[in-house]
Amino acid sequence: MARILAVDDSPSMRQLVSMTLRKAGHDVQLAEDGEIALKLAATIDVDLVITDVHMPNMDGITLTAELRKLDGYRFKPILVLTTESSADMKARGKEAGATGWIVKPFNPESLLKVLDRVLEPVRS
Amino acid sequence: MSLDLDMKEIHEIFFEESLEGIDVMESGLLGLSPGETNLEIINDIFRAAHSIKGGAATFGFLEISNFTHGVETLLDQMRTGERAVTEEAIEIFLKSVDCISDMLSALREERPVDTQAADAVQGRIDAMLNQQSEGSAITEEATAPEEKPDCGRVLWLISFKPDSGLLQSGNEPSRIFRELSKLGDLSVRSQLADDVGFDDVDPTHCYTAWDLELISDVGRSEIEELFEWVVDQCELTIEMRELDVADTTVTPSSNPQPVQSAAGSIVQVDLPNASDLPAAAKKPPVAAVPATKDTGSIRVSIDKIDSLLNLVGELVITQSMLARFGDDNNSSDADARNLRDGLLVLERHTRELQESAMQIRMLPIGASFSRFKRLVRDLSGQLGKKVELKLSGENTELDKTVLEKMSDPLVHLVRNSLDHGIEMPDERVAAGKTGTGTLHLSASHEGGNIVIQVSDDGAGLNRDRILAKAIERGLVSASDQLSDDQINNLIFQPGFSTADAVSDLSGRGVGMDVVRRNITDLGGRIEVKSKLGEGSTLKIRLPLTLAILDGQLVRVGKDVYIFSLLSIVETVLVSEQEIKCVAGKGRVYRLRDDYIPVVKLGDAFRLRSGFVDSGDALATSGELLVVVESDGMKMGLFVDELLDQQQVVIKSLEENYMPVNGLAGATILGDGNVAHIIDVPALVHHVDSNTSAAVGESTAA
Repeated sequence: MARILAVDDSPSMRQLVSMTLRKAGHDVQLAEDGEIALKLAATIDVDLVITDVHMPNMDGITLTAELRKLDGYRFKPILVLTTESSADMKARGKEAGATGWIVKPFNPESLLKVLDRVLEPVRS
Repeated sequence: MSLDLDMKEIHEIFFEESLEGIDVMESGLLGLSPGETNLEIINDIFRAAHSIKGGAATFGFLEISNFTHGVETLLDQMRTGERAVTEEAIEIFLKSVDCISDMLSALREERPVDTQAADAVQGRIDAMLNQQSEGSAITEEATAPEEKPDCGRVLWLISFKPDSGLLQSGNEPSRIFRELSKLGDLSVRSQLADDVGFDDVDPTHCYTAWDLELISDVGRSEIEELFEWVVDQCELTIEMRELDVADTTVTPSSNPQPVQSAAGSIVQVDLPNASDLPAAAKKPPVAAVPATKDTGSIRVSIDKIDSLLNLVGELVITQSMLARFGDDNNSSDADARNLRDGLLVLERHTRELQESAMQIRMLPIGASFSRFKRLVRDLSGQLGKKVELKLSGENTELDKTVLEKMSDPLVHLVRNSLDHGIEMPDERVAAGKTGTGTLHLSASHEGGNIVIQVSDDGAGLNRDRILAKAIERGLVSASDQLSDDQINNLIFQPGFSTADAVSDLSGRGVGMDVVRRNITDLGGRIEVKSKLGEGSTLKIRLPLTLAILDGQLVRVGKDVYIFSLLSIVETVLVSEQEIKCVAGKGRVYRLRDDYIPVVKLGDAFRLRSGFVDSGDALATSGELLVVVESDGMKMGLFVDELLDQQQVVIKSLEENYMPVNGLAGATILGDGNVAHIIDVPALVHHVDSNTSAAVGESTAA
């Protein structure tokens, strides 16, 4: 079980992500834009951040860069979740310090499969 | 709320948010002007389109995601300045918004999606995209045939030398190796970089390179996929070798963790575990962190809120019963005092609870107003008029039901203003006005009511023409002396239309009488002020909410009735001599310049329902005349006594008993008695139709 902060301005995407992750046994915190996520991130301890890119107030790229400035997040996996499959958006995410990306559209199985790459295996 | 929403519920959330996105796009588009690249607005529109597309693709609504893709591409080009904002583009976008909205509604209602309209718009979008991107045709990346073992297992030699900053991106070689080991038999050999001395080691950096050997039947792409996030942060080579069965240098190890040097390496380096590094940076677990400080909103079905409000209403009634009990108990012992104090606190909390609960149903009128931007734009274009729409008081909050029911009347008033009020540009210039007319929609609070005004600086009402039409229609007689306001208010009479030719716009079978009825049904009032040549203002006054009424309690005989304070004009003391009997009009009272019909409240109900009171009420009806107004018509009602004014919770007779003519509902008073709420509009209309019927009879005779 991992503690995951999911950031997306779209309520339906937030619900989809949180439903998928919770069903897989993870503990999910939600935020609806980068600004809220950044404030929240400073008060909680998470194992992974998944963020959308296009959001009001603070976008996911900026959020990634800001999180990397926080002590607790220097080495944390941060994945950007975006419909941009273009090299440009991936590069911008990486430049800001993202660990990797998840290309939308995704389905619950593909999301969980990608998470295996950044989460420690579940200890039974 | 259950955490396990099912997919259908998530779809519903998607539809709701997409329809909100549609509104954002539409109002954004209406704020764009050709030739200007307003980045903020374009970004808003883009983001909304992007979300709709992303969501639609995720949830499998491919019609929408495919269609929105073109829109998004166009918007993106505008955003980056590649494409100018043109009138045509705005037009296409607005049409696209309509298409997306239609498709969303169809999917939501599980109807088949009609893509005909969307296809037409899609064609125009494609044409636009092609005309721009000629020459910059997208070059398909030639994909090399994948390197894959022909059959069986092969040996993959992977050399991985990360940049020293790899860990800072949250990537962790051991996790990559772990995933690799799932693909086959993996052995890992690490090697510390040659040029690093111990003193130089920064534990947050990575100085190790790895040689990996994977025996597996997977193709290159599956291996590359695991490195895709780090390819720009490392030197990576992947080579395929035929597996030499005799090759014993490969010692399969399915457990790459912990990464340790094999023979030949210089130093053993325990790979730092990213989440433990640096130790000081790791925050101590924060105890009892409050859940998300989400200032956002939750969606709650209106039924739940209404049942909450209903309960709060019951509580208010219970509280006022208790309050009476406290009032009656004058005993001075400590228990009684405590009880009274407690009841006072209970009263305050109940009131606050009620106010907060009512607040849940309140929505700002702004969303409703901004829809008019599109309407005004479309209509003025259609009519060849120039109109500027001004909005004010968008934050004024209104009960959701009131807001919804006001939508149609407002549309009608705005159409009317555009159609009949504001003149053609040349007429306006000839009249010494600016060519562009102004339509002003405003909302505000005024003494516990909401006031919505629709005003224009158009031609104003032509009283002569209204009067002529009213006489022609037999609504008034030529001999009637009517004040200016009375003439203006004739436009609210059923079957009245002054437009010389009933146009496509206003001639929709909905007259101003319907508008007025809708508003009076909500317990509101509408009046018109107009000056020829200068414009008209329609002023709508509405109660804040439908669930609670500011009531005036009156006594008639032994019964208590309640008037809405909004309907009461004044209360006068009248002596019997001042009441005149006029043929065909019944009993009237002269209130300044008007003769108003007067009725004893007891009579009114006997007359209406055939119900005969004990006679008591009739006998004691006194000289207190409550003058009420509805739809611009006044009448007087005799009551015995004016009691308190208080807020009462409206209980529907229709739901709890059966509809009763002349009564708008009932409430339970503090003493537990039921008091009826007078339906003033119905009474006024009833008296009006009775007297006009009488007029009809007398003229026929």
